[in-house]
Amino acid sequence: MNTGKPLVMADGLTKYFPLPKGKKVHAVDGVDLTIYEREIVGLVGESGSGKTTFGKTIIGLLPKSGGTVSYRGETLPQRYKPADFRRQAQVMQMIFQDPYSSLNPRMTVGEIVGEGLKLHAGLSRNDTRDKVADWLTKVGLEPDYMSRYPHEFSGGQRQRIGIARALILEPEFVVCDEPISALDVSVQAQVVNLLEELQGSMGLTLLFIAHDLSMVRYISDRMAVMYLGALAEIGPAKDVFFNPKHPYTEILIASNPEPDPETERQRLSTTIAGEIPSPVDIPAGCRFAGRCPHAMERCRVETPQLLPLPENTDRQVACHLFA
Amino acid sequence: MTQNGSGETQPPLLEVNDLKVEFDTYGGTVQAVRGVSFSIEGGQTLAIVGESGCGKSVTVQTLMGLVPMPPGRLKSGTATLRGENILGQTQIGGKDFRGSEIGMIFQDPMTSLNPTMTIGRQIAETLEVHRGWSRKKSLARAVELLEMARIPEAAQRAKQYPFEFSGGMLQRAMIAMAIACEPAILIADEPTTALDVTIQAQVLDLMQDLQRDRGTAIILITHDLGVVARMADEVAVMYAGQIVERGSVDDIFYRPAHPYTVGLRAAMPSNNPAAEHRLLPIEGSPPDLFSPPVGCAYAARCPHAMRVCNTHDPAPFAVGKGHFGKCWLHHERVPGGAQRIVSAIAGATTGDVVQPASANQGDAR
Repeated sequence: MNTGKPLVMADGLTKYFPLPKGKKVHAVDGVDLTIYEREIVGLVGESGSGKTTFGKTIIGLLPKSGGTVSYRGETLPQRYKPADFRRQAQVMQMIFQDPYSSLNPRMTVGEIVGEGLKLHAGLSRNDTRDKVADWLTKVGLEPDYMSRYPHEFSGGQRQRIGIARALILEPEFVVCDEPISALDVSVQAQVVNLLEELQGSMGLTLLFIAHDLSMVRYISDRMAVMYLGALAEIGPAKDVFFNPKHPYTEILIASNPEPDPETERQRLSTTIAGEIPSPVDIPAGCRFAGRCPHAMERCRVETPQLLPLPENTDRQVACHLFA
Repeated sequence: MTQNGSGETQPPLLEVNDLKVEFDTYGGTVQAVRGVSFSIEGGQTLAIVGESGCGKSVTVQTLMGLVPMPPGRLKSGTATLRGENILGQTQIGGKDFRGSEIGMIFQDPMTSLNPTMTIGRQIAETLEVHRGWSRKKSLARAVELLEMARIPEAAQRAKQYPFEFSGGMLQRAMIAMAIACEPAILIADEPTTALDVTIQAQVLDLMQDLQRDRGTAIILITHDLGVVARMADEVAVMYAGQIVERGSVDDIFYRPAHPYTVGLRAAMPSNNPAAEHRLLPIEGSPPDLFSPPVGCAYAARCPHAMRVCNTHDPAPFAVGKGHFGKCWLHHERVPGGAQRIVSAIAGATTGDVVQPASANQGDAR
């Protein structure tokens, strides 16, 4: 699976948000993640675990507080200047979660989708128009929707517009931030299939952020589990889903209701007490120790590192149980 | 509260018949609910499943008298609680049944609680209004209820305001409020949609425990088939303002009788490794309820649609005990029709259904 070349590499990537009185929110706290060419990495975790911040920081929408991100071996600036955005926008793009607030209501669909071309490609008006029409068709919309405004479209259609906008510059790496969570089940499948097809035909590399575990398992090659700003576990999506190692992953997956009454009747109650702690005061030792059913003395003192499993080096787990 | 079986003729706890609700808008009249009938007994969980805009929330909000009329309009239908009419009124025998007999949990706990009142007071208010209890007694009970809803340090928490609670805790506080007067029926409108899976599991567990202890009937509105499989005894699948299939939870998942039910299931990834399949989206989008189609509302998206489907609305065909599907394929003149309904998913699970790749993805077509 990791046969491709590394495309994006986060090394100790850190993002803090300052609070009054010298405190800070540790949204992303030292994440190492290598994403290989043409792979889909799914990133899951509860709200507040730092998934979106990680996605935004890795493509430079947020300046980094620490660590580095490199792209094809070249280290990217800590804080993007306008020129960096211009350059990076052609290789890295983002699809946003909320198809309602992420499209400017005062721009037509043609302007929204074509804006990137206008800024970057230097095409003539007619060529831009043709390309926008072409992309609207590619994402399953009509070319003559160009002159309409976002409010005229359903959630699924808006998400297609967002996808066309992100992909029209033919980027290599796309961060999809919860692209389907605002959509109905039947429409989710349409959008996921579209993303899969485009990923295949354009050779895209995707970071797919979501909280729907089944969908991430379905679409991803590898799955990374984030908890309180750090990675708890990463590995081939199927392995992680069907054979979770980290106690947090185990609980997360056990809480995921299956659309199968028989399975649900046999399910043991796996409810985990408590909630994700505040990312302001990160506990010493393992971040999950306070909620972990297997917590040991060591977990409260020493922070576990994300290490490969001895029996399977494809999988990495940050837990003392496996060290 | 909900003792049944003492007499054969006892009316159902809640019975809704042919409910039709419309809304007048500038663009015309929206037929949001188009003839919904169901009933529920104590201790049962009925899940109402469907996508946004199918009328599931409007149905229960109408029962609770929460639909503003106008612009809403009750076109037809009856709803009875233990045989007494509740539609269009807020009281039975001089007492408000909302909150005391039927409790309701809303989807978004952040916006459904009063931000200027402490959590404890909001719960206590219910008891003061319905039971006529004193402030002090009500507040003490509110703390007990919060404890029951597994809020740690309930006495302190009761003095806090909604913004000091996390989403999961707010939802549990809302459950505490909904069950304060020990209602016979709890209506939960997408109670866990805004929550993470781990917190969702906590809230669902809590609802199940309360049901076990008190024999409460639960009407659970959701679009998540996983939650349905976990919670429901009975399921009603709604589409375009109508119940298109109704049956036990096993009927719905293992013997589906409507192509839409099958479609919903096939659009979700299966986590059974043996049943891995490519997602089969339901192409197209739901009909315009300003002018609903004359035939079956699902015909335009249905892979099995026949000529009759476009011209005549199918009746609910009984396919088993308490199980019906509103689909012409069950008609005696369509031999093997029922098999055709399930074939899509059977094909999908063996992986031999080949979808025309991206041929018509447009949800506007």
